Amino acid sequence: MNIELLPMFPLSSFFSMGAELVLLTLAILVIMLDLFYRKKHLLPWLVIAGTLCSMLVLLNTSHATVFDKMFIVDGYSIFFKLTCLVGVLFTVLLSESYLKVEQLHQGEYYALLLFSSIGMMLMISGGDLIIIYLGLELMALSIYCLVGLLKHDIRSNEAALKYFLTGAFSSAILLYGISLLYGLTGSTELSTLAQKSLSLNLINNISFLLAIGMVVSAFCFKIAAVPFHMWTPDVYEGAPSSITAFMSVAPKAAAFAVLGRVLLVGFADLHVHWGDLLACIAVLTMGIGNIAAIAQKNIKRMLAYSSIAHAGYALLGILTGNSEGLSASMNYLFIYTFMSMGAFAVLIWLCDDDRRGEQLNDYRGLSKTNPLIAVFMLVFLFSLAGLPPTAGFIAKFYLLFAAVHSGYILPVIAAVVFSVVSAYYYLRVVRYMFFEEPQNETILPMSVGMTTALTLAMIAMITLAIFPSFILNYAQKTIIGG
Amino acid sequence: MDFLLFRDGGPPILSMIMLLPLIGAFCLFFVKTEEHQKYLTLGVSILTAVCSLPLYFLFDSNTHKYQFAEHHSWIPSLSVHYTLGIDGISLLLVLMTTFLMPLCVLCSWRYITNRVRTFLFLLLLIETSMLGVFMALDFIFFYIVWEATLIPMFLLIGIWGGDRKIYASIKFFLYTLAGSVLMLVAIIVLYFNTSPHTFSIPLLMGQAYSFSFQLWVFLAFFLAFAIKVPMFPFHTWLPAAHVQAPTAGSVILASVLLKMGTYGFLRFCLPITPDATLAFTPYILWLSIAGILYGGLTALAQNDMKKLIAYSSVGHMGFVTLGIFVLNPMGMEGAILQMINHGITTGALFLCVGMIYERTHTRELALNAGIGKHMPVYVTFLTFFSLSSLAFPGTNSFIGEFMILAGAFTDTKLIAACAIPGAVLAAAYMLRMLQKVIWGGTENPVHNTLSDLNVREIITLTPLLFLVFWIGFGPRPFLNIMHVSVAHLLEQVLGTQMGTSSLTAHVLLP
Repeated sequence: MNIELLPMFPLSSFFSMGAELVLLTLAILVIMLDLFYRKKHLLPWLVIAGTLCSMLVLLNTSHATVFDKMFIVDGYSIFFKLTCLVGVLFTVLLSESYLKVEQLHQGEYYALLLFSSIGMMLMISGGDLIIIYLGLELMALSIYCLVGLLKHDIRSNEAALKYFLTGAFSSAILLYGISLLYGLTGSTELSTLAQKSLSLNLINNISFLLAIGMVVSAFCFKIAAVPFHMWTPDVYEGAPSSITAFMSVAPKAAAFAVLGRVLLVGFADLHVHWGDLLACIAVLTMGIGNIAAIAQKNIKRMLAYSSIAHAGYALLGILTGNSEGLSASMNYLFIYTFMSMGAFAVLIWLCDDDRRGEQLNDYRGLSKTNPLIAVFMLVFLFSLAGLPPTAGFIAKFYLLFAAVHSGYILPVIAAVVFSVVSAYYYLRVVRYMFFEEPQNETILPMSVGMTTALTLAMIAMITLAIFPSFILNYAQKTIIGG
Repeated sequence: MDFLLFRDGGPPILSMIMLLPLIGAFCLFFVKTEEHQKYLTLGVSILTAVCSLPLYFLFDSNTHKYQFAEHHSWIPSLSVHYTLGIDGISLLLVLMTTFLMPLCVLCSWRYITNRVRTFLFLLLLIETSMLGVFMALDFIFFYIVWEATLIPMFLLIGIWGGDRKIYASIKFFLYTLAGSVLMLVAIIVLYFNTSPHTFSIPLLMGQAYSFSFQLWVFLAFFLAFAIKVPMFPFHTWLPAAHVQAPTAGSVILASVLLKMGTYGFLRFCLPITPDATLAFTPYILWLSIAGILYGGLTALAQNDMKKLIAYSSVGHMGFVTLGIFVLNPMGMEGAILQMINHGITTGALFLCVGMIYERTHTRELALNAGIGKHMPVYVTFLTFFSLSSLAFPGTNSFIGEFMILAGAFTDTKLIAACAIPGAVLAAAYMLRMLQKVIWGGTENPVHNTLSDLNVREIITLTPLLFLVFWIGFGPRPFLNIMHVSVAHLLEQVLGTQMGTSSLTAHVLLP
């Protein structure tokens, strides 16, 4: 059996997974080093070097479909993997000082982080629902552990358990959906599914639609779209802040990548069914995310709800079901990565022995004690609100543009109205930073990782605001099949 | 692109004027002492004003085309361009903006004592975006600079404002933001309903959009601009923002930011959606009347000098919208001139109130009563500006309001008659303020130590006084610039040749 399989998968197939293999090697290396090597403070820098290495390999990977159409390397997957790796990079940069404050063990933390990113990359490249499921589980299991790493913090324990239980439930739904699809079409491979759904005339078949609904809701769970968002606030609040930052960006991007591929490759012909459904989900997600965020006193929780709302905006692109919308979503998620990471970087920077950067009071008078950081946070928050002239506006504008082009005017009106709502709670933080007097005059130290993260995020914000066409063109070129 | 007039050779003058303040703002970070930062900002704003002078002399007032044009691709994949150009309508607004900024810096010289660098930085930042608004000819670029004025203004009110600064700044921000987001949707919808698809503002004009489509687009625009003007009943953010803002903030708000709203009507609503404009005109005229009367009556009841002037702004801006929507050359030219007049006069009044506030730390009329005895120079300035505000003959506002009313009388006599009480009310509230401040209750011991205006303050007010009388006695240089552009605009709205009737303005005026 094995001897027969080998020629089917020539060694060169593995070159297509170069980036994943680099990360895998790195993860194993980190576990080993954690056991034997004493200078643990060098671990994050090793992980950063490895991640950069993986990015380089990724950019040099040639497009191919390998392992019997199970693993696809195309511009689309490279773009999303890059977004995820940027997320990982920022997370490591932020973790460098944060882990010391929280006194967390470094080894398993970074190893789990790397395993989850391998999972994401598998998901993104998956051309078969089974591979997508495996990648998703690898990602999710690692993140369950990461969320619960603060073993002595009851909020962290609760978050991990909650996330695990609801996550397991959504995985079950996904698997059930996949099994139904397999039963109806005899395949789990996406392009075959598309063909079979046409040739077997399944477009109006109830159980086929049910199966699609199950698959879509499982992914909606991962991107925290309403009504599958219930877990998000508690998990985001309980998780270590660096992991919250990570979760708001990378797994979300990966889930969006899968959603986009499954819907646009597997079920493109059923757009009539899922287009309006996703439009409703998007409006609900923006509405509930933004309105609930107003009521939050805890900044981490507020950012959790805001990230729910942002998933709603990003859905606006995918629901159009065409390449223009998809590239708008990709562009949005890419820019969102930087602004969200920037905001979380400031939050984590504010963590010390007596404060967690989670209370509004921690931000009081920040513009007097640390003016530069306050200005950075201002830019990130206004960008999250999508206000001109920040990069967040360009990102949102392209989404609205694509959605209007496809005739979804009402979701677009909802999006702009809710972005006014969102301005309120972002302004509240700005207000505390700029209009209030500081409580204590402490000037917090800056670690190397934190400085790098903030600088990178800021440079990206400015560049993407002034020269937005660069990343836009890239996203447009890499749409599925390109 | 035949609607753009490029200049052969020479520097890109509009970009230069627009970006100078921005560059100056970042230069502030290399200057150490506050004194030097102030001088740098003053220098940059004066330099910008000087650079904008050639616009007036090189401007060709015989064409309605957009002059000094610049056209570059910015986001090719979305066909967003960086297009700048000015016509007879925007030229005066650009000049007014650049000339007011040095005065704003001067009036903040002593007023702002904390975080001076940030304050000056924001002043220059807001100047860039305001200039961008009046120069932009690409809709997305316009939207970006339009919204970009919000953040600096929000911080100006929020950091250096009065007791209720947080309420006022957040109300200002959310109110104006809520108005303009729907404009973004309208812009995108317009893009897809025009062939070929374009964000170019001049290309969007004169397209044959269906009537119902025009109605929706007009409403989206109207909401954005009416809140900015502010038209009754969308004015509630204005008194709060004005009263709490620092002097320079009030001046910018009254003189320039409000004009962005009326400019929006002229530049977008009228030429892009002419049929909807005609359909909505009666309602807007009556809203203007409501604004004039409401602003006047409310101003009459105010005891806070800043609030009084803020409500008077509501009334004056009502005159401007009235002039725009009577849709004849006389009214419209009067409205444009009145936009400039209001910028000069109300800006000056806010400067005056700021000066008195620096001395007595109160804006209460009762507590500032009778300071005429101690500050004769100050009250002289205040008198002239107040007379200008109530449209006294010989001052700038008289010309503007007269033209607006004359324009209104030619078409809609009832509306014009209803606006007359507004002029009377203006006299009532302004004279009431003057009477109190100059002669009311003389023996307030606190006032014995008051010092009259210093040289810096006199320098701040004199140019404005000069303009009050210049426009009051010889408005022709200002009106000549706009004739052709206004005639063209009316032609776009009404679809008829209106060029000849603008002669009436010549006949009636000196």
